[in-house]
Amino acid sequence: MELISPDFGLVFWMTIAFLIVFFILVKFAFPIIGQTLKKREEKITESLELAERTHEEMKNLQAKNEELLQQAREEREEMLNEARQYRDKIIEDAKTKAKEETDRIVASAKETIENERKAAMTDIKNEIANISIKVAEKILEKELTKDEAQMDYINKIIKETDNQ
Amino acid sequence: MKNKNIFISLSFLICLLFSMPQFAIAENQKEEKYNAGETIIEHILDSYDWHIFTWKGHHVGVSLPIIVFNEGKCYTFSSKVFHHSDTYVTVNKTNSEDITFAIPHEGKYKGKVVILNADGTQKRPLDISITKNVLGLFISCTLLVVMFLIVAKAYRKRGEKAPKGLQSLFEWLICYVRDDIALKAIDKKHVDRYLPYLITVFFFIFFNNLLGLIPFFPFGANLTGNIAITATLAVLTFLITNLFGNKEYYKDIVNTPGVPWFLKLPIPLMPIIETVGCFTKPVVLAIRLFANITAGHIVVLGFISSIFIVAQISVGGGIGMSVFSLILVIFVDAIELLVAYIQAYVFTLLSALYFGMASKEHHH
Repeated sequence: MELISPDFGLVFWMTIAFLIVFFILVKFAFPIIGQTLKKREEKITESLELAERTHEEMKNLQAKNEELLQQAREEREEMLNEARQYRDKIIEDAKTKAKEETDRIVASAKETIENERKAAMTDIKNEIANISIKVAEKILEKELTKDEAQMDYINKIIKETDNQ
Repeated sequence: MKNKNIFISLSFLICLLFSMPQFAIAENQKEEKYNAGETIIEHILDSYDWHIFTWKGHHVGVSLPIIVFNEGKCYTFSSKVFHHSDTYVTVNKTNSEDITFAIPHEGKYKGKVVILNADGTQKRPLDISITKNVLGLFISCTLLVVMFLIVAKAYRKRGEKAPKGLQSLFEWLICYVRDDIALKAIDKKHVDRYLPYLITVFFFIFFNNLLGLIPFFPFGANLTGNIAITATLAVLTFLITNLFGNKEYYKDIVNTPGVPWFLKLPIPLMPIIETVGCFTKPVVLAIRLFANITAGHIVVLGFISSIFIVAQISVGGGIGMSVFSLILVIFVDAIELLVAYIQAYVFTLLSALYFGMASKEHHH
């Protein structure tokens, strides 16, 4: 029975002791502990957030870098393309020019040939005319009685002209 | 592996020291028959002096002051006065006659200071003596406060740095009580109101449970295994629950929601049950803690006592029994360490649940 009947003296001292302990802890221990824990928790949360943010920034930076790299690559490609096009154009131009030149040369050659030919023709014509005149003169100079003899003579003259 | 060895040797040491007073008692009562039940109960109960050990028939211990009030007058004397005689006679401060104090060995006031009246009847005065348990309480409270102040100082000094040493142990327990007990049971906005009490109660019970396992002076007072201590804690929980209870908590007691009207109206059955429930909760709290800790102590003391019971029959048997008993005591002590924590946790958790119920805001 003694075991389960609370003793007044002990209850009395217990109440006093517990309350004193409680108030000392509430006054001197809990506030500083609570504050520090809270501060540390905040710090940890902040640090984690910062780490997260930094990570995000890093990611962004990396993405940006990648983008820049991509852009650079595209630019290079473009430049190369342009260069290639330019080269092709130059070649094409050169070809065109060359062709024009050849055409021009050929045309001028042709013209020269034509001119030469015309000149030659003129010469030939003149020659023919001269020859004809000479032939005519010879014909006129000789009195021809027979047609046959006339023909022979003309042929002989032509032959002579040819041989000249 | 190393920790395991330390643990085993510690447990062994604890058991050895537990058995020391027992050896002393056995020697003292050589002629009498060894009464295990009495010895065990003696060790669990409070006493007016702190018996440390007996050496060659001499008690070595601390005699504690007795403080009693009779008819408004205070009498203080050392419990040493009862070592050589059964009674202590002093002057009655009310009427200047003799007044006789005694500690009866049997009867209703067995082991308590009483006033012997002229007609032979006993009267129990108001007794606030510094008994073994009260001294143990002062010692453990001082230690607890000192440790907390050291920890608080560490917090002040180290600031937001990671905790170190004692601080990390305390921080773990504080955070445990806060996150896993208080925050789970109580609404977040009310937690701050109850948290200081919960932390104090947890540390108080856990600390005293552990100190109660150490069997040598100045520890080993069976504080949390004393109904007066547990009842005081339970009453504090009861007062805090009901003083800080909100309107809805009381409304639910008077008009319990979710039960049919006929349980409330002609005979207010549910309100009566709810009201009784308010009072049974702390009673159960007090008894659970007291019974768990006392039971552990009784089991340990019982195993130790069995050595002496067997030794009375044969010395060889006693030696054999001591090996067997020590193994069992080591086992029980290991369990007691666990119980020390579990009971502190359970008391705190249930207190937190009651606070949570009393401060809960319903959102209908």
